[in-house]
Amino acid sequence: MSSIGFVLVAIIISAASGLPVALSGGASRRGQAISALMLVAAGVVGLVGVLPVFASAATSSLALPWGLPSGAFAVGLDALSGIFLVPIFIIPALGAVYGLGYWHPADRPEDGRRLGLSYGLLVAGMALVAIARDGLLFLVAWELMALASWFAATAEAGKSEVRRAGWVYLVATHVGTLVLFAMFALWKATAGSFALERNLAIQPEAAGAIFVLALIGFGLKAGLVPLHVWLPGAHANAPSHVSAVMSGVMIKLGIYGILRMTSLMPTPDQWWGWTLFALGGVSALAGIAWATGQGDIKRVLAYSSVENMGIIAMGAGLALVGKSLGRPSLILLGMGGALFHVWNHSLFKSLLFLDAGLVIHETGTRRLERMGGLAKRLPLAAALFGLGAAALSALPPLNGFAGEWMLYLGFFRGVTAGPGRGLPVAALGAALLATVGALAVAAFVRLFGAVFLGAARSAPNDDHEAPNVSLATPDNGLAAHGKGKAGGSARLAMLAPMVALGLACIVLGFAPGLVLPAIGDAAGTWANLREGGRNLVGLADFSWSLPLGLALVGVVTLLLLYFSFAARGARKPGRGTWDCGFAAPTSRMQYGASSFGEFLGRNLSFVRVTRRKSRRPRGAFPAPGFYSSKTPDPVLDLSIRPLAAFAGRSIARMRILHQGQTQIYLIYVLLATVILLIAGVAPS
Amino acid sequence: MLDVLNAVLVVVMILNLFALGTSRINSVIRIVAVEGALLGPVPLLLHGAGDISGASVLAAAVAVVLKGLVIPAIMRRSLRAADIKREVEPFVGFLPSVLLGAVGTGIALVFSARMGSGGGSTANLIIPAAIATILVGFIILTTRWKALSQVIGYLMLENGIFIFGMLLVEAIPFVVEMGVLLDLFVGIFVISIITNHINEAFSSMDTRKLASLKEE
Repeated sequence: MSSIGFVLVAIIISAASGLPVALSGGASRRGQAISALMLVAAGVVGLVGVLPVFASAATSSLALPWGLPSGAFAVGLDALSGIFLVPIFIIPALGAVYGLGYWHPADRPEDGRRLGLSYGLLVAGMALVAIARDGLLFLVAWELMALASWFAATAEAGKSEVRRAGWVYLVATHVGTLVLFAMFALWKATAGSFALERNLAIQPEAAGAIFVLALIGFGLKAGLVPLHVWLPGAHANAPSHVSAVMSGVMIKLGIYGILRMTSLMPTPDQWWGWTLFALGGVSALAGIAWATGQGDIKRVLAYSSVENMGIIAMGAGLALVGKSLGRPSLILLGMGGALFHVWNHSLFKSLLFLDAGLVIHETGTRRLERMGGLAKRLPLAAALFGLGAAALSALPPLNGFAGEWMLYLGFFRGVTAGPGRGLPVAALGAALLATVGALAVAAFVRLFGAVFLGAARSAPNDDHEAPNVSLATPDNGLAAHGKGKAGGSARLAMLAPMVALGLACIVLGFAPGLVLPAIGDAAGTWANLREGGRNLVGLADFSWSLPLGLALVGVVTLLLLYFSFAARGARKPGRGTWDCGFAAPTSRMQYGASSFGEFLGRNLSFVRVTRRKSRRPRGAFPAPGFYSSKTPDPVLDLSIRPLAAFAGRSIARMRILHQGQTQIYLIYVLLATVILLIAGVAPS
Repeated sequence: MLDVLNAVLVVVMILNLFALGTSRINSVIRIVAVEGALLGPVPLLLHGAGDISGASVLAAAVAVVLKGLVIPAIMRRSLRAADIKREVEPFVGFLPSVLLGAVGTGIALVFSARMGSGGGSTANLIIPAAIATILVGFIILTTRWKALSQVIGYLMLENGIFIFGMLLVEAIPFVVEMGVLLDLFVGIFVISIITNHINEAFSSMDTRKLASLKEE
């Protein structure tokens, strides 16, 4: 069987993987286990099909008649598709295994059926998007992916919060699809057919219009600011393994769409690249700045996804500029960095979302202000979260650093004059990347500290320690039946995929050379360059990564040993002598997520809006005081929602036409007909 | 042939006005039935005598049977079942609505003279007759309260559209023609059932009562 055949079989298995859950009524453990097994099998079969694409530059394609008046069932597999297919086949399979521990089917059979069916279809849709070579087929797959992800993300539709976030997502994704309809129509009009094949005869104006439409339509899925509005809500409210798949895999397909379309068109104008670069820069900076203010663990991760998509877009923008200037080094480093970051982000962001799911499972809340001290209860989860956060913050020697290193190399190379002038603006990219990296460290120190360090701010189902916090209604229904304590096998099912992802982060960090040829080939495929893999290996020297990594690990180990040795003699007081004058200190007096967010917020006020409400205790017998802060999304909460509310109020006036009398509606029809008739005759 | 066609169309226009001026629902049903039955074979007139196919004869026969017999029968049945007053109960009186219909017919004639013959039509009364019938259908729809009168209005509207369709008689395939007839039949069938339900729910067939279903 050819490579593409394996991928198609994997797609069919994935699509069918929901059936065992649905047919067993959604409440059976066995159905869930068979479904997970099918997804793992699909992943293995798919990878068997995909991996050979990197070894040989050969592409594999297939076209079948499909009986519709237009388009064709044309699929193909090349290195660019392959880069995106690898996470598609790995992450959802791991997520399904994780789901065995995370999701108890017996508790909510209806939701379980919905989740099981849509999860498999989501995988199938994503894989089909990555291999579609026909505009119509692409749209069908895209819509399948969008709808399946909507059903999966709103699996717990019983909660109003979930429904609200789902509604925003549904609107956003359909606006995107609508723009893609326009884009493919324009493609058909200029290229002559729906076939997604390289066409160098397209006029520059038409190509520019197609690029802009692709940027909007695919940018909505990729979550580039200001098109990210649906992303935080949908990610925060989906079941955690669905968040992992959406954030780790699905939104990358937005980038894939942009890359695929740009690879099909002739040499781009320079503004294409700079536009994408600027969008990416804004997304990266704004995404991470907004992440620092969120009080919900999954919203922090979601905003950080916006940041990472921005980084990927910056790399792709650099590659586009390189393509229009004819500088292969910029193409390979920019695109290589972007594609490597696609893999890296899918690994560590999935790890973090799965870990967040475990935390939520244990504490019964998503709110950072109620967590704390979990490192003692969940040491392995804490270590894995730290690992993922370090990788995400691009700290060496992990994979995030390796990916961004290539982008730095690209930006520096862009500044120096190659063939043609140097590009001083590229220096801005390096500076921006460094700023974003530092902010990411800050955001994740805050997150890690609030969740895992210190003392618990409230215990699940036990609020004697925190009298002001009502825990009667946990934010996440999972705790209501999980009682916050996962059994041994459930814990194992959740931890095993996370360990696998963590190991992958370490391996790619220490030895990025392993995957560099594959990534270079994909970058070469995108730009139609030969020997992309070998050239990229020449451009990005990673021989230092293993020694540097080992040296860093050695230094950190020595420091840890020293401190634990030094701390052995010292006596630790249980409570301080003075307690700052408080007679009964509680764990809620610790520095919390808001405290750290406050410090960052002052420095980020140019991009982040924070709303604060507080009342200080005053006088001898003060009334209870409070403090709360919130970081609304500037695009969704401060622009779109007020506009939509205004539109809703204005449109309400139209109700005067709506009298409920059939005869009156018919008069409207008559009036419209007469007006049209008169308008039709008037010119003659 | 054309003279026959024009004669039929003039009769149809007179029947329209007659329908506006009649107070008994039974008579109105009969008028619309006659109108439908008259129009059914008209497409055959437009075909040349040589190329009348079996399919077009079948389509004409089905149209005549459906509009002339079946639909009126369904409507009379539902009239009996609903057991209502046999009066039309217009919102605008009979004489004013006849005058309105006459003015509409006049406007349609003037209008189509300005519009030109439209796609090389053979009979110059087709367009004015179509517009006039549609207008009269609308007058019935908007000025009568009873649900059954509404059905009659829709039928007349459909007759108008049918006349318009004669301009395209060469272009409309048999399948489409049969599809339209099936649509009409099902539509009337469903409305008649709904009429009975309205009658049961509100103990009247006055569509004004439906306004109470409007959401506030």
